[in-house]
Amino acid sequence: MAAEQSSSVGQVAAPALLAPQPALRRIPWLRWAATLLLIAALLIAPMVLSEFRLGLLARFLTYAIVALGLDLIWGYTGILSLGHGVFFGLGAYCTAMYLKLEATAGKMPDFMAWSGVDDMPFWWKPFRYAWFAIPASILIPMLLGAILGYAAFRNRIKGVFFSILSQALALVMVTLFIGQQGYTGGTNGMTNFKTFLGQDLNSDHVGHLLYWVTAVILIGVYFGCRGLVNSKVGKILVAIRDGENRARFIGYDPVAYQTFVYALSAGLAGLAGMLFVMQEGLITPTKMDILMSIKMVLWVAIGGRATLFGAMLGAIVVNSGENLLSEKYPETWSYMLGASFLAVVLFLPQGIVGWVMGIPRSPLWKKFAKSSEATP
Amino acid sequence: MYLNQKTPLLTERKLVEFLANRRSIGTMLALSCSVFAVGLSGCGNGGSDANTAANTATNAAANTATTSTDTSSGDKLDASVYDKADVKEVPVGILHSLTGTMAISETSVKDAEMMAITEINAKGGVMGKQIKPITEDGASDWDTFKTKAEKLITQDKAAAVFGCWTSVSRKTVLPVFEKYQGLLWYPVQYEGMETSPNIFYTGATTNQQITPAVEWLMKSMNKKKFFLIGSDYVFPRTANAEIKAQLKGAGLDPVGEEYTPLGHRDYATIVDKIKAAKPDIIFNSLNGDSNVEFFKQMKAVGMTAKDFPTMSVSIAEPEIAAIGPDVLAGHYAVWNYFQTTSTPQNKKFVADFIKANPKTPYTDDPMEAAYFGVYLWKAAVEKAKSFDVAKVRAASNGVSYMAPGGMVKIDGPTQHVYKTVRIGVVEPSGQFKEVWNSGQPVKPDPYLDGYAWAKGLKDKLKT
Amino acid sequence: MNSAALLSNLFNSLSLASILLLIALGLAITFGLMRVINMAHGEFIMAGAYSAYVMQNLFGARGANWAFLAAIPFAFVVTAAMGWVLEATVIRRLYGRPLDTLLATWGISLMLQQGARSIFGPQGKSIQAPAWLDGTITLGALVMPYNRLFIMALSIACLVGMWAFLYRSNAGRRIQATMQNREMASCLGISTRRVDALAFSVGSGLAGVAGCALTLLSSIDSNVGTKYIVDSFMVVVLGGVGQLAGAFAGAIGMGFLNTGWEYETTASLGKVLTFACIIVFLQWRPAGIISSRSRALD
Repeated sequence: MAAEQSSSVGQVAAPALLAPQPALRRIPWLRWAATLLLIAALLIAPMVLSEFRLGLLARFLTYAIVALGLDLIWGYTGILSLGHGVFFGLGAYCTAMYLKLEATAGKMPDFMAWSGVDDMPFWWKPFRYAWFAIPASILIPMLLGAILGYAAFRNRIKGVFFSILSQALALVMVTLFIGQQGYTGGTNGMTNFKTFLGQDLNSDHVGHLLYWVTAVILIGVYFGCRGLVNSKVGKILVAIRDGENRARFIGYDPVAYQTFVYALSAGLAGLAGMLFVMQEGLITPTKMDILMSIKMVLWVAIGGRATLFGAMLGAIVVNSGENLLSEKYPETWSYMLGASFLAVVLFLPQGIVGWVMGIPRSPLWKKFAKSSEATP
Repeated sequence: MYLNQKTPLLTERKLVEFLANRRSIGTMLALSCSVFAVGLSGCGNGGSDANTAANTATNAAANTATTSTDTSSGDKLDASVYDKADVKEVPVGILHSLTGTMAISETSVKDAEMMAITEINAKGGVMGKQIKPITEDGASDWDTFKTKAEKLITQDKAAAVFGCWTSVSRKTVLPVFEKYQGLLWYPVQYEGMETSPNIFYTGATTNQQITPAVEWLMKSMNKKKFFLIGSDYVFPRTANAEIKAQLKGAGLDPVGEEYTPLGHRDYATIVDKIKAAKPDIIFNSLNGDSNVEFFKQMKAVGMTAKDFPTMSVSIAEPEIAAIGPDVLAGHYAVWNYFQTTSTPQNKKFVADFIKANPKTPYTDDPMEAAYFGVYLWKAAVEKAKSFDVAKVRAASNGVSYMAPGGMVKIDGPTQHVYKTVRIGVVEPSGQFKEVWNSGQPVKPDPYLDGYAWAKGLKDKLKT
Repeated sequence: MNSAALLSNLFNSLSLASILLLIALGLAITFGLMRVINMAHGEFIMAGAYSAYVMQNLFGARGANWAFLAAIPFAFVVTAAMGWVLEATVIRRLYGRPLDTLLATWGISLMLQQGARSIFGPQGKSIQAPAWLDGTITLGALVMPYNRLFIMALSIACLVGMWAFLYRSNAGRRIQATMQNREMASCLGISTRRVDALAFSVGSGLAGVAGCALTLLSSIDSNVGTKYIVDSFMVVVLGGVGQLAGAFAGAIGMGFLNTGWEYETTASLGKVLTFACIIVFLQWRPAGIISSRSRALD
């Protein structure tokens, strides 16, 4: 194990991440049961939760969409992006521009005035229309992801180097968004939205609706991602993760696949950002900064990387946990948060789902399930 | 190994192949988007034109209008339930950043509020009911502020919330307080140009801090060449727009204006620019720890308070401790309260606070404003004989309290507070020596309606 | 740009570069040589800064002139010890899993920040700079503060010290050998475990020295670390990992870029342009300014 650290630039020790897949397949019903359970929980939630908690859950569901995208690129393709907040933020900002312009009825937003901007810049104008802003919330992050991904992967920037570069990207974007206050609202970001397609965003009725929309999209994205990772493309991604050069020599072009997944995951983050901003009614650069981006990775790590269900679950569990902890222990919650990250990495390296999936490999379970199992 | 798996359930495989073969993601995204669009338009009532028109009308009116028409929420706060005789305990919220970058400033404000609550409880509470503080951590993150504000009002049913520091956090929670009809007491000086029926501002607005300071510099100190430096966000931007208008009214223009990002560290380049501009006075609205690097750099290149005096609006006693009194001695700051303000109330306040919080052995303006905010709320509640937000607001006009910094009185229409303006110079001991004060409490004028030079500013800056 | 502005920009660039070098030097060892991504590096800088504060309180007002000098070795020892503990308890279990290390150390950095808040309180603390660092050298239009000159000297001293340690001492050669070929080194009787612990604590100790020096420019609070962590990683990546010369080149490059852009534009745009330049540069030379050539594929 230790030998790996002496190898050359950009080595990622991927093999440690791989195990869940085979274990998963031994008990196919477990995944279905878990998925059904989750869907059932999402159905019941509006009946048992207060408006406030339901609103929180809906926001966590948008985080789960980000986590799914991040898992595609990290868990399955082996590329750790520490700048995914950027894509989430871009998606949110695109929608926020539309919401802002709808709130001001197309007039120049307030923050431009006090920042000394006299005319609304031309690139703000198309965001007056939902048909432009909504697709842009997904396509602009995708485009940025595609360009950056292509440049980086073509130059074989990998592993921790890619991670650090993506972190720098987050820093650049946050500084840019804060600095270009007249166009972005600066640190304050954008808030004071009123309506979306004529619907009052502050009403409980729309809050409920947004919850359902988010839940449906999340489930849709989940099955879509499952489709992807189980398809031939998904298998090639895993091949690239485990041995990029081998995949290259066999005749696949890793750059194309990596760029595709990176752009896709950026698009998913943008989609999540779009849903998020409608519910939160606020977007600030803190939602795209390094802290947020690292948190996104932690959701996936804690839920279980390389299992889509884990990523989704992680986003919901970690955020609920963080929220409850900080309510109960406002002074010391960050000790507990830090300690739990540490504990998960040290003792549950495969995350919650990986740990559950690992049960079949434990001797006790093997004895129990011997009759129905064949060794692959 | 991977490819030789046992076949999963047949249905799953079919679905998987279906999705995979049809460029699953594109299909999926398109599908979800259409679900989304259909979902929203499905519940739309009437043509969108009518809606847009309605919105425009709503927007034209003040925020209040939106609030009063929005009755759809079932979680609206009804604090009048605490008026019943059998209620012995009233929850209030404390909402400050206890972690993250803002913890530096906000923690001691929270301590001051807690001290006021403890004192009030020890003397029998508000209308005979004990106050139960519920602390939440805003974590220096504006979204968190919003979430926690919502939690405090809808879950804990806090009769009042004392909290926030930055203008961003206040602006972020404002819609929440208006939606649920909560009550926020905001304790920090800010840039003005705002009023809300659901917020009481106990810190200074522009005409109780910045305007008199500029006036004093021009008239009493005969300063002509102003250099404006600030952090790049709403408070310095707005404040400097107001200063520029005021200077223009006196026929002056600033010799320089610079903004640095929040948390900026290296001031070598900016200090060079200031030195080249040779100002009489540097008007400083840098935020938080940027001040440290800025003043240390000034001192390092030999720019002393004698040749390059500064007037700061965000440097109080704790900032002096962080920057170092040796670095700051001789520079000016304008506030409504200093730890050295000599009133009997202040002697007791300082002694009590330091006794209760030995780790933070000082008091400052926002702490004082936070402290007397709790007392003003108590006085307003007792005048209204109800915890109900609307009744408290209606009763608030003219409610006064003898605060550590002198008499304070609520101005009903703006929900701001009459306060005395004080300018101080930093002493080597780390304390301020007051060099000027306004003599009597100044009436708050958040939109600067009473100043000729501020004409037109309101329309431009009001949010 | 006239000659005076040019000179002063030159000085500011070098001054910024020396700060960047100081904060990145420790990382050049822990990340550059050992490939450990220690997100708590920033918190070690913080610990170094608080060490200076503790020293100042120990010496009292009279000893302020000497407290700072004493604080530098003290900070080194404190953070080196912290680094040793971190290596022995956490990082050792995670060798070969760089991304896991990243997440674990990030959790640790959260806890260290909260710890600092609990121990020292959330408010910023200031260090009184020793009197012999007050003042400036003036050469025509160029003003050079002593404290910046001191930081330059300190960073050069650290660089030379590290160079001598890594390339001239036995312990340093053992580190080199282990990092270059672990099995071979192990076969030759080097205790690679001990080497790991030593290298990591030396790298952490340097972070402490950097934190100490930063107190001359800035105040200390629990968030000091978060301000420097990305910059320091960028310096190492820009310069090229694996060699001290890389950190030096990276610091110089970033110092000049940042000061130049900031002078031409604004502080925030300057930072954006600097990072954009670095990202573009790394597309062209992924291994950084100074890279060891290798025909290895992975």
